Amino acid sequence: METLQVRIWRGAEQGDFQDFEVPRQESQTVLDVVTYVQRKCDSTLSYRFACRVGVCGSCAMTVNGVSRWTCRTHVSKVAADNKLEIAPLRNLPVIKDLVTDMREFFDKWARARGRFTGSTTRKDPLARISPESKERKRVEAGIECIGCGVCYSACDVVSWNKDYLGPAALNRAWTLINDVRDTARAERLAAVAGDAGCHACHTHISCTERCPMRLSPTAGIAGLKRAVLAATLSGEI
Amino acid sequence: MKNDFRARNHPAYWAFIVHRGSGVLLALFLPLHFWALGQALHGAAALDGFLRWTEHPLVKFAETGLVLLLAAHMAGGVRLLVLEFLEWREWQKTLLAAAAGVSLVAGLAFLLNLV
Amino acid sequence: MSQRAQVLLWGAQRISAMVLALCVVVHLLTIIYAVRSGLSATEILGRTQGSVMWFAFYTLFVIAVAVHAPIGLRTILSETCGWRGRGLDVLTGVIGLSLAMWGMRAVVGVFGAGTA
Repeated sequence: METLQVRIWRGAEQGDFQDFEVPRQESQTVLDVVTYVQRKCDSTLSYRFACRVGVCGSCAMTVNGVSRWTCRTHVSKVAADNKLEIAPLRNLPVIKDLVTDMREFFDKWARARGRFTGSTTRKDPLARISPESKERKRVEAGIECIGCGVCYSACDVVSWNKDYLGPAALNRAWTLINDVRDTARAERLAAVAGDAGCHACHTHISCTERCPMRLSPTAGIAGLKRAVLAATLSGEI
Repeated sequence: MKNDFRARNHPAYWAFIVHRGSGVLLALFLPLHFWALGQALHGAAALDGFLRWTEHPLVKFAETGLVLLLAAHMAGGVRLLVLEFLEWREWQKTLLAAAAGVSLVAGLAFLLNLV
Repeated sequence: MSQRAQVLLWGAQRISAMVLALCVVVHLLTIIYAVRSGLSATEILGRTQGSVMWFAFYTLFVIAVAVHAPIGLRTILSETCGWRGRGLDVLTGVIGLSLAMWGMRAVVGVFGAGTA
């Protein structure tokens, strides 16, 4: 039987890779490999997953150097030579093995005012928004984020600038800026402006390159750059 | 932990490296360029003194490099302006090829006229 | 530096980039044309000195560079050396002013009314 040579990160920020041999199976995913190691080789291995079908966004890791969702990454796609190196996501503190502390990632969503602010109550009629409108199409392009952290992990600007909000939080802000029901436009534009916000983005396009949902945070960030500049020049913020 | 080259190995990232590298080198070159042209303040003879130095093949080679850097920074910069200021589109990778093409044509044109 | 200033700095770099894109195209074409038959000071200065149009063009070019380059260097210093704050902003301004003055000296030399 074919075997996979698997190296898995053990420890926290300080640590080392540990080698395992895992039987190669048909239609095997990287998450299957990690689960095999935890069940059959070393039960002390820590990792996160929940849905196993690409919905929950909890199983993201660094596979052969690239940030990926592991539940829908087939071994055949990333390990042509039957070698796998599995590490925790980049740019986030490692708690243990493959588990990162994602607090700063989600705190930045809050800092980017990622929460919808409306003016109506449940007693009011539903807003009518044309699916054909420019704003709704922009929302459509960015709304399917599963919060997995792959973009944040892939982004070099996050590594270089600790305060940078990162692609996911900015993508979220962009979908809200284009939500015509939202009432916090000016505050949100101010929250994502400047050196720690959208203007720090260098259009590396790594987030877009790696997003498992095929979203383009880069496009949303570019939209924010323009919107914030326009709001600054017009005195709105 | 930080990313290594495996995470960065995609065309838009290479474009960033070229843009940043050429930007820094051009910024370092500018004071020298301004100094050389400033020789004209001391008359044609002073400027000629400098220009004779540029006849050296090595200098010509370096000049071609500079023209390439300038063209690459300009073409790559126009690409960035398009990506930042126009609504997102699918042909961004074509844009990258176009930027590379423009820089090479400029470098070649310079080289052919130089020798 | 205030957030508003950061946004304006970003905008200034983009607007100067648009100006520079045009200037660089003209500059590159001029270079490629000028080097065809070798460079001689008398020939160059004979063509350039006293030309109001070229003087204006290269003045614009120098100003755009003096805006564009320091903002880029500021970002690079902050990202690679972790340098933030007032010192960095002052240095950005100093680099910009020096480039503008040093560049204008060259423009006056080459395109001014001098006697070649």
